[in-house]
Amino acid sequence: MNHYETVFILNPVLSDTQIKETVQKFEDYLVSKGAEMISKEDWGLKKLAYPIQKKKSGFYHLFDFKVKGEEISDFELEFRRDDSIMRYLTVRLDKHAEAWAEKRRERVKSKATKK
Amino acid sequence: MASTIEQQAKGKSGGEVRYLTPLDIETKKEEKYCRFKKKGIKYIDYKDADFLMYLVNEQGKILPRRLTGTSLKYQRKVAQAVKRCRHLALMPYVGDLLK
Repeated sequence: MNHYETVFILNPVLSDTQIKETVQKFEDYLVSKGAEMISKEDWGLKKLAYPIQKKKSGFYHLFDFKVKGEEISDFELEFRRDDSIMRYLTVRLDKHAEAWAEKRRERVKSKATKK
Repeated sequence: MASTIEQQAKGKSGGEVRYLTPLDIETKKEEKYCRFKKKGIKYIDYKDADFLMYLVNEQGKILPRRLTGTSLKYQRKVAQAVKRCRHLALMPYVGDLLK
């Protein structure tokens, strides 16, 4: 099992329910492949630095999970099949990155409680 | 020798200006350091576009090591992080007046 992190950008024309559905779909896919979800983050609608598919903004989502390495190519294939995904990036986290991700999660949590 | 100095004093020699004692010019610049080593940063996050902006010039090009002072080990990681950041459209590939 390796620790991975995936950021993907969803098409801005989708409705809220469609976004939830697609995010849920990918999460279910991962869980069905025996992945252990560590965290999910929703960055909301963000402006893109340059247009992608003629869109100037997109919904950013982040998954943090542990899964066997051989499942990743199939997981990315799912992204490529889905039209509503504009970009994706999966990165394996090394030990320093894991420590950083841990810190980041705590910071996000503390921010959420403050609000 | 003495005549040449006199000539120079008059400014008629036409040659370069010579000084008898070396001028006191400060040549030692502020020493560069690797900010990642100094602050103990082990991982450069590609999701943090605001931080990566420090390592990029106005056009969005990655700044060379000779300007930022980053050590080779971390410069490689900086480059990787900036490229990932660009892929996710958090940072432009080509920009204008970013700073």
